[in-house]
Amino acid sequence: MSTSPAVLDVDGIAISFGGLKAVQGFSLKIPPRGLYGLIGPNGAGKTTCFNLLTGVYQPDSGAVRLEGVNLVGNKPHLIAAAGLSRTFQNIRLFGELSVLDNVKLGCHLRGRHTLAGTILRTAAYTGQERAITDRSMELLRIFGLDGRAQEQARNLPYGDQRRLEIARALATEPRVLLLDEPAAGMNPQEKIELRGLIRQIRDRFNLAILLIEHDMGVVMNLCEHITVLNFGQVIAAGTPETVQNDPKVVEAYLGTE
Amino acid sequence: MKPLTEQSRTMSPAAWTVLPRMAWPLLAGLGIAILMQFAVGPSVSGFTSQIMLIAGINIIMAVSLTVVNGFTGQFSMGHAGFMAVGGYVAATLTYYGSIKMFGTADFAGGTISWTGSGENPGSIVGKGDYLFVISCLVGGVVSAIAGYVVGLPSLRLRGDYLAIVTLGFGEIVRVLLQGTNPQIQPWKAQEAAEVPFYKLATMLGGPMGFNLLPTYTTLFWVYLFVVLTLIVCYRLKSSSSGRAFLSIREDEIASQAMGVDVTKYKVRAFVLASFFAGVAGGLYAMSIGAINAGDLGFQKSFDIIIMVVLGGMGSISGATVAAVVLTILPEFLRDPPPVWPLGLAFLVAVVLAQAVRKHWNIRTLAGIAVGTAILEGARLYCVSRGIDIASFRLILYALLLIAMMLLRPQGLLGVREVWELFGHRRPNPNPSPDPKPDAAPPSKGTSKATGNPTSKGGAS
Amino acid sequence: MTQFLQTLFDGVTVGCLYALIALGYTMVYGILKFINFAHSDVFALGVWMSITIAAWLGVGAADQPAPAWYMGALVLLGTMAFCGFVGFVIERVAYKPLRKAPRLNVLITAIGVSLLLQNIGQQKFAFGPYPKSMPKLLEGGALFTIADVQVRTSDVAVIGTALALMAALQFLIYRTKLGSAMRAVSFNTRNASLMGINVDRVISFTFVVGTMLAAAAGFLYGLKYEGQAKQTADSMWVMLGLKAFVAAVVGGIGNVRGAVLGGLLIGLIEFFGVAYVSSQFRDAYVFAILIVVLLFKPEGVLGRATVEKV
Repeated sequence: MSTSPAVLDVDGIAISFGGLKAVQGFSLKIPPRGLYGLIGPNGAGKTTCFNLLTGVYQPDSGAVRLEGVNLVGNKPHLIAAAGLSRTFQNIRLFGELSVLDNVKLGCHLRGRHTLAGTILRTAAYTGQERAITDRSMELLRIFGLDGRAQEQARNLPYGDQRRLEIARALATEPRVLLLDEPAAGMNPQEKIELRGLIRQIRDRFNLAILLIEHDMGVVMNLCEHITVLNFGQVIAAGTPETVQNDPKVVEAYLGTE
Repeated sequence: MKPLTEQSRTMSPAAWTVLPRMAWPLLAGLGIAILMQFAVGPSVSGFTSQIMLIAGINIIMAVSLTVVNGFTGQFSMGHAGFMAVGGYVAATLTYYGSIKMFGTADFAGGTISWTGSGENPGSIVGKGDYLFVISCLVGGVVSAIAGYVVGLPSLRLRGDYLAIVTLGFGEIVRVLLQGTNPQIQPWKAQEAAEVPFYKLATMLGGPMGFNLLPTYTTLFWVYLFVVLTLIVCYRLKSSSSGRAFLSIREDEIASQAMGVDVTKYKVRAFVLASFFAGVAGGLYAMSIGAINAGDLGFQKSFDIIIMVVLGGMGSISGATVAAVVLTILPEFLRDPPPVWPLGLAFLVAVVLAQAVRKHWNIRTLAGIAVGTAILEGARLYCVSRGIDIASFRLILYALLLIAMMLLRPQGLLGVREVWELFGHRRPNPNPSPDPKPDAAPPSKGTSKATGNPTSKGGAS
Repeated sequence: MTQFLQTLFDGVTVGCLYALIALGYTMVYGILKFINFAHSDVFALGVWMSITIAAWLGVGAADQPAPAWYMGALVLLGTMAFCGFVGFVIERVAYKPLRKAPRLNVLITAIGVSLLLQNIGQQKFAFGPYPKSMPKLLEGGALFTIADVQVRTSDVAVIGTALALMAALQFLIYRTKLGSAMRAVSFNTRNASLMGINVDRVISFTFVVGTMLAAAAGFLYGLKYEGQAKQTADSMWVMLGLKAFVAAVVGGIGNVRGAVLGGLLIGLIEFFGVAYVSSQFRDAYVFAILIVVLLFKPEGVLGRATVEKV
């Protein structure tokens, strides 16, 4: 495992919807504990990339390897089981469920769930349920949400909902975490806290993170490496400095005179 | 953090400590069933106990449908079809099984299922009882298999297609059962004993229905299965599998992304619900001693859907209460007992107020008073003009269904249970035995993570 | 050979009826994205209104005031107008408030509307619980015979009226301004409203048109099965509606031409199944087709697969 330089290796994935080439030839290598960014103007295909990685869409071509295992062709739940977890741009929490239950659902993947155990409440089941509660509360504590564990998720303020989504994704014990606009809708103070939080998550859970973000303050400060997409194609990639000074990137964001 | 599996092992309690929790449902089921049979049953009239029997069967149907329509947010409209499958299988096994094994289709049970027809057998459990219970369970299993066959292809599709496919399934079951051959009557038992069983399985009475079955279903059996259904469904709801069900209902895409095998869980819910519907079918067939596929068409499915929707999409106690209320309501409307009318109007007004208003204040109370007065006034008017309110029952249900969707789409209770209504916060279901101090876990976690960066397992 | 041709002809006739009903399902689905479960009841309402209006106008009586085609047109228009109005009320009261609600809620509301129509219809003040039959409008017997196939006057009326209505619908959708508004709303409701289209009005209009087609199908059904008494509350109505729904799905739900194609297909399958396999399970064929289609081509013959946006 340690010989592989990249924990997530995306190799030229592409998809088109009808005639529209939404993403073409997207490649990216993320090393273990890497903190990578994916930016681009609206409609550049960033979220589509995430959907391709997590199996919501099947790529027309290309490969996605997580620790050497090809994920292409698998259903989303198997990709999650392989160790790729995500959050959503338009928050997708389980609104009617409690905050705690949202995180517990994230733990679901790693547990064993038999009908007999569930109905009879065997010792193994009880132990697992205790462990799930325990680690879910711990995750909530990290995100400062433990005080609201019993509230319905949809009643949380926007920023808390974003954090809860990250906590839920972490509960699946991922190797790579994909964050889709984690700072959207947060105020400046929350954004600064979020930066610290994301770094802390990376260190503490020992995972690689790829994030889509529109807020340049967050991206440039946080990410070690940035990939820029425009019209479904990678137009630049590199450290924040190189990307910032790339004329193509400036052109994509500001347009040509 | 340690991987979940490892942590689970360390936190598992000793096996003997969970024994009471494993065993009490069965004991409670037996207790309630015995109470129903020997204390409640004899003290009420035959008519009342008949209503209680039907109410119990409806509870099983409504609660099992809640698992599909409420928990996973699918929409099955053919639940009565599964009841018919289970009912006919159980009836076939009990009726022709009796003939084959005991030489006659007569009742052969003990006191536990004695309904007053024939001779009091004396012993508590008879040989017929075993046949009956096994028949019901087999009916449930066959119905579950049917659920699997129907569910697997259609559950991959969008929700509203499932509705149509299940409705179609229910109708096909009805058509097929009504196309079966005439049954061999009990007085020709000798003749039936000669016929091989697979042939007998096609002699189910056709459009006339399958009649003159031995009647084994008593309050004991019905309420035993009611309690078992309730406990199984409630434990399912409040478990990790239950969270998976509810997450599918809330957001299928997010649920998948979190690693829930959505299709598998949908099929599981569907199969489980079909099983209970099948058992309910068996109980139903052997309660009146007849089953007719014509009575188990989509109209019956709709009756159950109404119970689930009114009770709350996902609330087990809600579905239970709705099943009971909707079973006895027509009887009350037809023949209101002297004390009840005003009370019933009051109850309905309270329930409506609870549905419409969020906070209780003096205006709510005034609304309840006015509502009670209007309802009771309307009833008195109908009585004075000789209008049979019971004949408007279905119009009332239909209006209630529409009003519910417009005013309170989640049903009266939503996904909550009755006891969760009071107090806004749900109690922590599993409080940690010894909560660690807030600062301790992060430092421990960090040091572990930085100490050996590649050692973390758990991901496959 | 004769049996084959006769079956073909009967299948097409009934297929036209299915197609008319399927059009209503598909139009409502195309624009509101839900199955209007009450559609089959509107169809039943159409049958009953035709019977009522025909009886009221004195159709079939010795002193029938006008020729048959004139009376027929009057009954048809009256039925369509009445059902169209009922459809308008249903949409405004029951469905409009639920525009943004989950589809399941709308489906349940539709079931409620369906039960309401059924049970009101049975009441004494409406059509009553007893079976009735359509007054005699057309001469019975064969109008003419081609290759031993009997062509009845009523069959000609059914096919003729159905084709005329489908042509009118085609014109409405593809040749008028309102039609392009309907297509725009069906394609993307939000964008249509940004383009200045009054979405609510277009939805109401679509709904009313679909309802009127079902009403017309109801009239034609009454015409075709003139002699048979019909029960108000009967699973037959739901079955007919369901078959029409299956037709819409088979053709590709949301696709108007697909609905017509699906209707004819279902009519033919049903009649050939009855004629050549067994009449006992006539309702089972249609659902077998549904399941096959859903398994192998869930978007239907002419439909297009949709991708859910995440």
